[in-house]
Amino acid sequence: MRELKLMKGNEAVAEAAIRCGVDGYFGYPITPQSEIMETLMDLRPWESTGMVVLQAESEIASINMVYGGAGCGKRVMTTSSSPGVSLMQEGLTYLAGAELPCVVVNVVRGGPGLGTIQPAQSDYFQTVKGGGHGDYKLITLAPASVQEMADFVEDAFNLAFKYRNPVMILSDGVIGQMMEKVELKEFAPRWTMDYIEENHPWATTGKKKERAKNIITSVQLEASVQEAFNHKLQAKYRAVEENEVLFEEVLCDDAEYIIVAYGSSARICQKSIEIAREKGIKVGMLRPITLYPFPAEQLRKRAEQVKGMLSVEMSAGQMVEDVKLAVECKIPVEHFGRFGGSVHSPGEVVEALEQKLIGG
Amino acid sequence: MSDINTIIKPENLTYKRTEVLSDNDLSYCPGCGHGTVHKLIAEVIEEMDIQDTTIGIAPVGCSVLAYNYLEIDWQQAAHGRAPALATAVKRLMPEKNVFSYQGDGDLAAIGTAETIHACNRGENIVMIFINNGIYGMTGGQMAPTTLPGMPASTCPAGRDVSHDGEPIKISEILAQLPGTCYVTRQSVHTAANVRKTKKALRKAFENQKANKGTSLVEVVSNCNSGWKMTPVKSNEWMEENMFPYYPLGDIKNK
Repeated sequence: MRELKLMKGNEAVAEAAIRCGVDGYFGYPITPQSEIMETLMDLRPWESTGMVVLQAESEIASINMVYGGAGCGKRVMTTSSSPGVSLMQEGLTYLAGAELPCVVVNVVRGGPGLGTIQPAQSDYFQTVKGGGHGDYKLITLAPASVQEMADFVEDAFNLAFKYRNPVMILSDGVIGQMMEKVELKEFAPRWTMDYIEENHPWATTGKKKERAKNIITSVQLEASVQEAFNHKLQAKYRAVEENEVLFEEVLCDDAEYIIVAYGSSARICQKSIEIAREKGIKVGMLRPITLYPFPAEQLRKRAEQVKGMLSVEMSAGQMVEDVKLAVECKIPVEHFGRFGGSVHSPGEVVEALEQKLIGG
Repeated sequence: MSDINTIIKPENLTYKRTEVLSDNDLSYCPGCGHGTVHKLIAEVIEEMDIQDTTIGIAPVGCSVLAYNYLEIDWQQAAHGRAPALATAVKRLMPEKNVFSYQGDGDLAAIGTAETIHACNRGENIVMIFINNGIYGMTGGQMAPTTLPGMPASTCPAGRDVSHDGEPIKISEILAQLPGTCYVTRQSVHTAANVRKTKKALRKAFENQKANKGTSLVEVVSNCNSGWKMTPVKSNEWMEENMFPYYPLGDIKNK
């Protein structure tokens, strides 16, 4: 039975987490995503599904609670916004180094520093280029609707456990705060301990007589061992790049120009495309759904066909670098975006397209 | 004289090494207290028959590789974060036994927030705290617990309290929190003290079984390498200098 609800993006994350059988949520309040933990505390899932919800003393504690829970093979998550996610970077590199599956949601706000509570997309570099130390990657999903905020929770857990890797849902203050109709999934049961022990034999569930002890760690004191481990990680990332790229194309087939945009920028640019086409400009949009792995191959293909690309993001220009790398200088690639908490209008995007690529 | 093999019979054995301890060579310096505490934890786990339900959380510091020495499931934490890991492990699997094993830099400096808030929530876990007044693994730097006047590589003229403050008595602070049920300070430098520490550890794990809240067992220990003394001299120095500042015994027993 279809269950439809009008919800904020943040509320949808909470509702979806309970419904897909998440075992634990650990968080710390920060605007503009506090409704996630507030919704969970209101819904009291510990009385229904048995899900643990705990308000930690800091984002540092939250992400390390996630590490502890993930190490037990449990489905655990945290959510935060930019300054809080900066505090989590230590934990994220440890999670990646210990190959632990978990889900982190970043409802991005403007920075740097304490910045503003208004929406932004300026944490792209931090998310897809590392953020913490060492050679690691976060699989990154970028929702562009409240429906995707809900759906990506379960998708993210599936990817996290498939690759034993942390997954980031990189959202923003627009998607977190706006209300849309959402189709909610039915309640799925949480994993039993037997299921975890059978399917995740690496988890620290207590050492049984018949198996060796399980150790969750990211320390390899021998350089040769660390290097071999890093090769293993890199092989995993190549498999992720091979198999998990997701993107959506809008009116690209006859396009002479392509807007590349994700998240709320992609929603805005849908209107920009309409405006531009009314003016006779043949423009389409490629929306990366996974920011890592990045849809570089598809962009490269489209570069054969179009005259230029415009990367539209609420940042001073971050994803534009990946677009440029993808098209290998075959065509001009420009950036446009308002940032620091300001949001571009559809008309401003069309103007930028005309000025920067078409020539006025 | 009778053949030794005729004496080695199960009925004649009065002591054996617990199988919860692994065969790995310890990475600790000869004379250090870590090995003794490891053995005591292993014995308590064996005696309580909880090897298959115990999860240890290892810190950053000399005992970062503690997971090599006890045959239980382990997680190794980022520096100072062990109580946060332990919190989640216990909350998600309340039927398991969970302990953190941390040094003074880990528990009382970088991890102070995680330590205090885990205790304040009364997390139903055991925290084992080795206090040797110095950063051992990184080469003998000043710790939050370094005694006034005590030299370390980052205070070669001795800790100047007008510059660095007094050493922190974290166990006394934690005992103030309603969430802790048992806070005790012990040592392992004599046979009598080893027995007392084992009793304290047993009590801490029993408290967890009884859902009583957080139990903290501090073990004041020597660091003969970091203190630049022989093991024997370091234990004498510990008695003369550490114990007056960090007096042994129960601080809280609820």
